[in-house]
Amino acid sequence: MNEHRQTLWEFMSAESDKLITQTFQHIGLTFISLFFAVAIGLPLGIYIANRRKFAGPILGFAGVLQTIPSIALLGFMIPLLGIGAKPAIVALLIYALLPIIRNTYTGIIGIDGNIIEASRALGMNKWQILFKVQLPLAMPVIFAGIRTATVINVGVATLASYIAAGGLGEFIFGGISLNNTNMILAGAIPAAMLAILLDNLLALLQKMNFKKLKKVLYIFPIIIVLLASFYALPSAYGTVLTAGFTPEFMGRQDGDLGLRSKYGLKIHTIVISDAVMYKAAFEKEIDVISGYSTDGRLKAFGLKILNDDKGIFPPYYAAPIVSEKALTKFPQLESTLNLLAGKITDSVMTDLNYKTDYLHQTPEKVAKDFLVKIGLYKPSRDVKLGVVKIGSKIFGEQYILAEMYSMLIKGNTAYDVSTKTGLGGTKICFDALMNDQIDFYPEYTGTGLLAILKPDAKTIEKVGRDKELTYNYVSSAFEKQFKIKWLKPIGFNNTYALMMRRKQSGEINVNTITDLKKYLDRN
Amino acid sequence: MVEIQNLTKNFGQTLAVDKVSFEVKKGENLIMLGTSGCGKTTTLKMINRLIEPNQGEIFINGKNINAQKPELLRRKIGYVMQNTGLFPHYTVEQNIGVLPQLLKWDKKITRQKTEELLNKLHLPEASLTMYPNQLSGGQQQRVGLARALIADTELLLMDEPFGALDNVTRNQIQKEFKALPEFQNKTIIMVTHDVQEAFELADRIVLMDKGKVVQIGTPKDLLYRPINEFAEQFLDAQRLALELKIVSLNDLWPYLSLNNLACTTSISSSINVWDSMEMIRKSDHSCFQVSNTKGEKRDIDFQVLTQAFNHFQIAQANERT
Repeated sequence: MNEHRQTLWEFMSAESDKLITQTFQHIGLTFISLFFAVAIGLPLGIYIANRRKFAGPILGFAGVLQTIPSIALLGFMIPLLGIGAKPAIVALLIYALLPIIRNTYTGIIGIDGNIIEASRALGMNKWQILFKVQLPLAMPVIFAGIRTATVINVGVATLASYIAAGGLGEFIFGGISLNNTNMILAGAIPAAMLAILLDNLLALLQKMNFKKLKKVLYIFPIIIVLLASFYALPSAYGTVLTAGFTPEFMGRQDGDLGLRSKYGLKIHTIVISDAVMYKAAFEKEIDVISGYSTDGRLKAFGLKILNDDKGIFPPYYAAPIVSEKALTKFPQLESTLNLLAGKITDSVMTDLNYKTDYLHQTPEKVAKDFLVKIGLYKPSRDVKLGVVKIGSKIFGEQYILAEMYSMLIKGNTAYDVSTKTGLGGTKICFDALMNDQIDFYPEYTGTGLLAILKPDAKTIEKVGRDKELTYNYVSSAFEKQFKIKWLKPIGFNNTYALMMRRKQSGEINVNTITDLKKYLDRN
Repeated sequence: MVEIQNLTKNFGQTLAVDKVSFEVKKGENLIMLGTSGCGKTTTLKMINRLIEPNQGEIFINGKNINAQKPELLRRKIGYVMQNTGLFPHYTVEQNIGVLPQLLKWDKKITRQKTEELLNKLHLPEASLTMYPNQLSGGQQQRVGLARALIADTELLLMDEPFGALDNVTRNQIQKEFKALPEFQNKTIIMVTHDVQEAFELADRIVLMDKGKVVQIGTPKDLLYRPINEFAEQFLDAQRLALELKIVSLNDLWPYLSLNNLACTTSISSSINVWDSMEMIRKSDHSCFQVSNTKGEKRDIDFQVLTQAFNHFQIAQANERT
């Protein structure tokens, strides 16, 4: 690896187009939602300040909304509002609501009762009292609330990229998935600076005296609307089809970059989290997605994989990787784990994933049903000669595999099993294995190659095209470098794949990625 | 001018005002006196509908106050409150100009009226652009007065207007207020718990207790003809001082001895005993010649005065028994 490592500055200038677009989207999202939050929160705060008996329920309700984890809230929005700006704005609006309602309420009820009585006694009607007395006097407190809401919004808006609403979250979450620090910082630093900048600007407003504040009151809504309109500025080039890619896919050579360089594919793309991607494709919000070839939702949502005819997606064949220590300690382990070798094909794995992801069966039941079906299931034996520690990553397929291995070991050997499922990601699993905290876990050849070994581009070019070559390369490199053994592949290839709705693909007769490019060029 | 009939107000279980009725004549200064919680402030606030009564009716110049919108009613009634209630975000000028603005006055007229009031109430011209928190407590109260006086309403309601001030400032403002032509012309209903203040400013006093009117009458009525034990005891602590202030030389006239002290300075018989004693004490003339409206003359010094006051007291006591 004697390639020059990109600095943060180089990354930012190389990606300045995206950076500017994302920053504008971010500011836009923040202020559109802030605008609506003020439009709703301010009158509501005034209302409950005058009708105190509603204050408890309304503040309580806004408080409950505030406690919903942001990711979950975005999740709730999708069935209601789909993906894109709309649900993101609504979610941000909900977070901004509480500080605005509460501060408006507190600001107004905090005014000296004598002043209100004086304004009534002078003959002001309730609107005159509101605009001449209550709002001006509560304004510093209300501004403090708007300030809090703005800073919260800048933070939460990073999550908008999960549901294809853009913003600086695209870099942040892309960077996290790709383990690319520069990319994370390119999103995080502008987001943090934005928060600090807006906080300070609003703090200035808050400290202004009443006279100046009057002018600000007229200018402020205009500024909000102006900044909100930033969101509309960067409109990407449109195509007949829209793609939704995960942030990780966007930044990978075996992802969007490869699609552009190898296929010359130009498609209007939005960034979206894989949690909602399949559903969005199903609901025709987007047409092409970057899925995983064995994902259960493929079946659930009637999606079809486009054939990767130029071979840009390296093979991701799954196989258990075991530390050599464990193999010596548990002599029966290797043969037991190999019982599963070659037994699960792509479509079988998709079906198993479908049962957990979509039918919500437990991984345990799915694993047992399958083992019974292929005649490998044996009840567990009583003799205990030590404990094998199984690890798994944090998604459904890995849970199922871990359960199957657990049952096989209990049924065929004299060992007991402890499972450590749901380990965050490749790095966490692999470190656990290196430190003997687990004895083995299922890994994918492509991941071993690209995420753990990270060889130079030439080697990837050479071995990354072929199933056998990749397996041989990672298995010998792991043996040498880490004293870890790749056992026989389980059979399925969980690789990246472009997918479309089966029906649409039939209608426009697109079966390969090359077909897709041609179709886009024609239209 | 103001007629209050059978006014009743309860807050939850507590009866704050219980069938209160009285009448205020045009130009009269009526003072509602009582301990805190006796219902006097609640009664006052029902007159400009800051509080709505449960029962009873109020008429101003024969018109039921419910006949118009409360805002419009209040714009025709001046209101001064204990804690000034000035708007902290308005300058003094803007504070005074609140009501003229609501009434859509010409700005020039407002400005002119404001300056007049500023002079009358001894506020410096420079205070116009100041905010209330830049003023002293006494000045704030003066601004509060100016705000209530600017629209020149017939009726003025005052809720413990001088209650939050220190003694020296209070006496000074009371005196200035009493000297204002507005004080003489307007019908004023004032609430206070300060007996001295009530006696100083009242034409008539409404003494209240536990939401009920105990006695209505002139200060003299209250002093010499208390209706019951409560009315008598209420004044007991300050009785002598009050009597000296209420009784005028006219009242003592029959008891002033006819002797010639060869006094050179002459004073009017409408002066009260307290003030004349003060004058005798302060001046180098130990005696004054008093003349009443009928043209009769008496010479008084300290001794003559105290003797006459004693006789007067005995006569009043006899009258009651």
